Amino acid sequence: MGSGLLVETYVFVLAVFVGFQLISKVPSVLHTPLMSATNAIHGIVLVAALTLAASVRTPGGIWVAAGAVFLATLNVVGGFVVTDRILGMFRSTKRSE
Amino acid sequence: MNTVIQLLYLLTAVFFMLGVMRLRSPATARSGNQLAALGMAIALAATLWANHRFAGGALIALAALLGLVVGSAAALKVRMTAMPQMVALFNGMGGGAAALVAAGDWVARGPGGAAGAIAALFTVLVGSVSFSGSLIAFLKLQEWIQGRPIVYPGQKAVSLLLLLVDLAAGVALAAGNLGQGPTPMGLYSLLALLLGIQVVLPIGGADMPVVISLLNAMTGLAAAASGFLLQNQVLIIAGALVGASGTILTQQMSRAMNRPLSNILFGAFGQLRTEGGQAVEGTVQSATVEDVATLLAYARRVIIVPGYGLAVARAQQEVRQLMDKLLQRNVDVRFAIHPVAGRMPGHMNVLLAEADVPYDRLYEMEVINPEFAQTDVALVIGANDVTNPAARTQPSSPLYGMPILNVDQAAHIVVLKRSMNPGFAGVDNPLYLNPKTQMLFGDAKASLTQLLKALDEV
Repeated sequence: MGSGLLVETYVFVLAVFVGFQLISKVPSVLHTPLMSATNAIHGIVLVAALTLAASVRTPGGIWVAAGAVFLATLNVVGGFVVTDRILGMFRSTKRSE
Repeated sequence: MNTVIQLLYLLTAVFFMLGVMRLRSPATARSGNQLAALGMAIALAATLWANHRFAGGALIALAALLGLVVGSAAALKVRMTAMPQMVALFNGMGGGAAALVAAGDWVARGPGGAAGAIAALFTVLVGSVSFSGSLIAFLKLQEWIQGRPIVYPGQKAVSLLLLLVDLAAGVALAAGNLGQGPTPMGLYSLLALLLGIQVVLPIGGADMPVVISLLNAMTGLAAAASGFLLQNQVLIIAGALVGASGTILTQQMSRAMNRPLSNILFGAFGQLRTEGGQAVEGTVQSATVEDVATLLAYARRVIIVPGYGLAVARAQQEVRQLMDKLLQRNVDVRFAIHPVAGRMPGHMNVLLAEADVPYDRLYEMEVINPEFAQTDVALVIGANDVTNPAARTQPSSPLYGMPILNVDQAAHIVVLKRSMNPGFAGVDNPLYLNPKTQMLFGDAKASLTQLLKALDEV
C-alpha cells in the first residue's frame, strides 16, 4: 500500500465518522432538504468529470467526458437549486405571523 | 500551484461540513445549503484553474451549459408534489457521471495498479446501478411505469446471476484478460445498468423512502471511489459525507417500517394479494361533510395526519386553509408526521411547508403519539398503513411491529379516503371499522373544499 493510498484511506474513514456525527443530528423535519443537499454535494463528481475532460485526447474519450460533465452539472445545479427552493418555504409560526 | 489547489479543495470540504452542520435547524438550513453551494463553486474554480486545456473544449463547454440550463429549469419548475422523483433523478445523474468518469479514465489511461483498478471497477459498478436504479425509481414515482412491485419467477436468481457475472467480468478486466479497448468496459457497465433496473423493479412505491436513501448513499460511495481513482481528497470527503448521510437515512427509514433492509429490497412488499391478514368484523360508518364540519368546529384539539394521498390529491393548500379556519375558532391544530409517510424521507414536511404551514405545528411520531389520547378529533387525510392498529395487535398482519401513529386513541376519528381499497401493503385497516371512526369518502381535495364551505355555516 503506497503512502498516498494510505492517506486517502485515512481521509475516507475519518470523513465517514464526521459524516455520521453531523448527519445524525439533523431532525426529521429536514430529511428531504438533507437528502437533496447531500444529493447536490455528490455532484462533486463534476470535479472528476472536468479532470477527465482535460486528460482525454480521443474523440470517444471526449464524448464520454462530455457526457459525464453534462450529468454532473445537472446534478450540481439541480440539487442546490431544488434544495434552496424547498428551504425557502420552511416557515415557523413567528415568521409567518 | 498544486498546493494552492489542494488548499482550495480543503476549503470546499470545510464548507460542505459547515453547510451540513447548519442543516440541523430549519432556521439556518437555507444558509447551510448556500454555504455548500459556495464550497462547490470553489472546488470547480480550482479544478478549472488546474486543468484549462481541453482537447474537446467546445463540446465540454456545451455539455456544461446544457446541464446548467436543464438542471436549473427542472429544479425551478418541478411541483413540490413531484419532488421525490426529481430527487431520484438528480441522484441518478451523479451516479451516471461517476460511472462515466471511471470508465472513461480506464479506457484512456488503463488500470493504474491494483488499487486503481478496484476503485475504477467499484465506481463503474455502483455508479451504474445507482443511475439505472434511480431512473426506475423516477419512472415509478412519476407513474410512467406501475408503482407496485414488478415481479416474475426467478427474479432474485437473475439478479444474483447478473451480479456474479459482472463481478467475474470485473476480475477478468482487472487481470487484463479482456483487453484494453472500450468494448469490454462498456459491457461491464451495461451489466451493471441491467442490475440496477433488476433490483429496483420489484420494489413497491411505499418502500421508495428507503430506496431513494439507499441510492443516495450509493452515489456518494461512487463519488468517493472516483476520488481514490483520481487521488483527489475532496471527492473522497464529499463522497464519504453523502455515503454516511444516505446510510443513516436508510437505517432510519427501514427502522420506521420495522423491516430489515433485505426484506425491503427483496421482499416485493405491497403486491396485490388475495389472502393474508384476518378479516375484521364491523361496519363502516360514512359521514357527511356537515357532520365532520360540526365535529371539528366544536373540538378543542385536532390532530391532522397527512399521508401520500394528500400529495396525490395535491390538497396541501386546502389543508392549510382548514388549519387557519380552525385556529380562528380557537381550535388547537397540530400535524402528526410518520417518518415514512409519503415517498421520500420528510415528504410531508415539504408538502405542508409549500402550503405555508409553519414547521413548528408539525410533530414527529414519538412526540405526538402520547397526545392522541387527549385529542378530540384525529383527521386522517390520505394516510392508511401508518395508522393501522393491526400493526400493534395482529401478529399475522404483514404490518405487525411497524411503529404507527396512535390515531385510534383519539375521541373521534375522521378518515378522508377515496374508497375502501386497502392501502399500499394490501392489508385491511381495522381503524375504519372502529365505532369512533367516521369515513368521508371522495377525493381529498374535493372533500376538503366542501368541508371548508360547511365550516363557514356552522
